[in-house]
Amino acid sequence: MYKLLLCWRYLRTRWIALASIVSVTLGVATMIVVNAVMAGFSYEMQTRIHGILSDLVFESHSLSGFQDPQWHMDEIKRAAGDDIVGMTPTVAVPAMLNFQVRGQWITRQIMLIGIDAATHAQVSDFGRYLQHPANRGQLSFGLRDGGYDTVDSQSDTTVPTRPALEGAGWPHRRMRVERERVWREKLDADRRAGEGPEAAAAEPSRSVDQQVDAVLAATTADAPPAAAEAGGDLATPPATADPFRQARPIEGTRMDPANEQFTGIVPGIGLASFRDNAGTDRFLVLPGDDVKITFPTSGTPPKAVSDTFTVVDFYESKMSEYDSNFVFVPIASLQRMRGMIDPQSGLASVNSIQIKLREGADLDRVRDTLRKVFPADLYAVSTWRDKQGPLLAAVDMEMSVLNILLFLIIAVAGFGILAIFFMIVVEKTRDIGILKSLGASASGIGGIFLGYGLFLGIVGAGAGLALGLSIAWNINSIRAGVEWCTGERVFDPSIYYFYRIPSIVHPFTVLWIIVGAVGIAVGSSVLPALRAARLHPVEALRHD
Amino acid sequence: MTETSPAILRVRDLRKNYRSGETTLEVLRSVDFDLAAGEFVSIVGQSGSGKSTLLHLMGLLDAADSGSIELDGTQIDGLSSARRDRLRNTAVGMVFQSYHLLPELDALENVLAPLMVRHGVLEWLRVRRDARDAARGLLDRFGLGGRLRHKPRQLSGGEMQRVAIARALVTRPRVLLADEPTGNLDEATGGGILDTLCELNHADGLSIVLVTHDAAVARRADRIVRLAAGRVDDAPHASDQAGQAGHACHADLRKAG
Ligand SMILES: Nc1ncnc2c1ncn2[C@@H]1O[C@H](COP(=O)(O)OP(=O)(O)OP(=O)(O)O)[C@@H](O)[C@H]1O
Ligand SMILES: [Mg+2]
Repeated sequence: MYKLLLCWRYLRTRWIALASIVSVTLGVATMIVVNAVMAGFSYEMQTRIHGILSDLVFESHSLSGFQDPQWHMDEIKRAAGDDIVGMTPTVAVPAMLNFQVRGQWITRQIMLIGIDAATHAQVSDFGRYLQHPANRGQLSFGLRDGGYDTVDSQSDTTVPTRPALEGAGWPHRRMRVERERVWREKLDADRRAGEGPEAAAAEPSRSVDQQVDAVLAATTADAPPAAAEAGGDLATPPATADPFRQARPIEGTRMDPANEQFTGIVPGIGLASFRDNAGTDRFLVLPGDDVKITFPTSGTPPKAVSDTFTVVDFYESKMSEYDSNFVFVPIASLQRMRGMIDPQSGLASVNSIQIKLREGADLDRVRDTLRKVFPADLYAVSTWRDKQGPLLAAVDMEMSVLNILLFLIIAVAGFGILAIFFMIVVEKTRDIGILKSLGASASGIGGIFLGYGLFLGIVGAGAGLALGLSIAWNINSIRAGVEWCTGERVFDPSIYYFYRIPSIVHPFTVLWIIVGAVGIAVGSSVLPALRAARLHPVEALRHD
Repeated sequence: MTETSPAILRVRDLRKNYRSGETTLEVLRSVDFDLAAGEFVSIVGQSGSGKSTLLHLMGLLDAADSGSIELDGTQIDGLSSARRDRLRNTAVGMVFQSYHLLPELDALENVLAPLMVRHGVLEWLRVRRDARDAARGLLDRFGLGGRLRHKPRQLSGGEMQRVAIARALVTRPRVLLADEPTGNLDEATGGGILDTLCELNHADGLSIVLVTHDAAVARRADRIVRLAAGRVDDAPHASDQAGQAGHACHADLRKAG
């Protein structure tokens, strides 16, 4: 009984001990918040990656792929049975994307992926990442007649951060064709008047765009629509600025570009846009523009071939690695262009088959089953986790290191408790002797300090729990408050591609933190407790 | 007296050495000492003769190098530390020269402390009322009924010593061991404390061992034991003959009875 009373009395007078409560509190709160945010980022990233990749990827080692995907799919179905809910073949080849912005050719290294528009969205979240609402329902490689989202459909903002997409689609394409025509006619007229195109190009004060605008304003009764202006500012390069192109018209001269399109492609949004300081996305290319892609054929050795494609939508997974790398095309077109169709049998080859498993299926088990069925020297079967193993492992590693560092904060609090308790033991030596002379046992005396440590740990960790949880749950309001106070941007969505700071509180992690903190508090009171317990009563009584 | 009453404290051939480095200080060489039930004995001796050491050994605060102590019929060496703690709590009450009250607790709580040490929390809730009554009764008896809520630093030396005596008695021990209880007090106050001890010895039959180097104080006891050269010197000295009429606290009462 005396333990409780003395603990209480000592607590009331030893405010210094409360300092260690504060540091336990801060340590626990920091750990909870950091773990919640890290878990949030990790979760966000995993769902992204999992959304981009299908559950299982079945692929051949060779760039030419394997023939007869249907037979492979039947075999897979036979081997893995009920676990499979969807499959789709894909062809993936490294390629180069070229497009023109204000007369300059821009080249990007890409991964060109041929997909089956009908089934691809069934194996992954692919559909969700597109910018046209109708394409999110069912992808079509045909250009849409406008209606692209100007608001990021994956964020919860309602601010249109992509005004340029307003006029994208057929309207943009028609306007661009019209501007090219006007420009060509102007050049022709200039040439007839004795001026070369060089003179026009050499005129530094007026850009091609401005000249076209001037011509349009002079010749057309109705001025260009405002929407076209918004996008046209950056994104509508008259292809004719290239003299060679003008001299040698686009292949398929007979084609009417105002009403027809090339093979549709869906590039990653990072290939075609950048985000400015105001958080608005600026586009270099819009749906409706044409681009050129160079890719290897499937023969040996592969030869590079090029073709022209029309951008019909953008793909935005918010993983910049993918958004600035992937370009999707219809699989049949890619197979044809690469020569992946066997002229004799008419069978097409594919590089890989994306497989979706039913909810709750054991990915690793199915993967191992398939690995047994298909020879490993020809085929690779991997789960989405395997594919992103190093990245996920790096994130896990980062989290562990961070946790160790943060735990050191609590360990410092532990040393504080240790020092303070030693001080109390020295200061209270005589009282300890008195208690022993009254018949208190060594374990009872030690128990006072252990109990006191436990108390500090529980109170500190409890306060830290409350503080940590309230920060973790309201982190975005806190962020907004801090941004409002300092005027600085704490969390820049253009870097992270998240609009909110993700935060997930795992009860188990929190439990571990609390147990750890209380453990450290109790652990660091063990030495002072032992010392107090071992004090010799007579010597303790002499102490003053 | 010693023959008729059973010994409540029996010390045989007790040795205690203090070692510091090379040198060994033989404080108690071979001490034999008996305390009969209801007896009041003074231990006198020069400073450094080992009076306090002997008292600590008898109060189970320290362990002897050899020899035996029998307290209230229990042989104390060879007891587990838990049993020793228990016996220290129940069988002996100790009073010290410098009071040794707990500064964080008030007078009443200080008196209750041995009982709190004895009982667990739940048990305490059950016995709390009785314990309070007993503690209040003792403090009332020592004239401290109005100072229950005073902290030790708010009390005078004599008051503190009476609180300490009340604390020593609240467990109803058979033996009270007092180490120079009047050492820090002036003569009048010390006399009051001694009167209290005498009264406890007489009225309650409490056995008391009083350590002092003041011959006048020692004479209040039934018997005086002199500690010298690590042994008990039982030869009576003219100067410190105990039980002299007018000095011993209840010699005349006993004679009358
Ligand atoms: N822990 C110890 N270590 C070494 N020597 C000690 C220790 N405790 C006591 N002594 C020595 O033992 C001897 C006896 O000490 P003790 O306190 O019993 O004397 P005392 O008779 O009570 O003296 P006083 O009348 O001054 O109180 C002293 O010489 C003292 O220095
Ligand atoms: Mg002494």
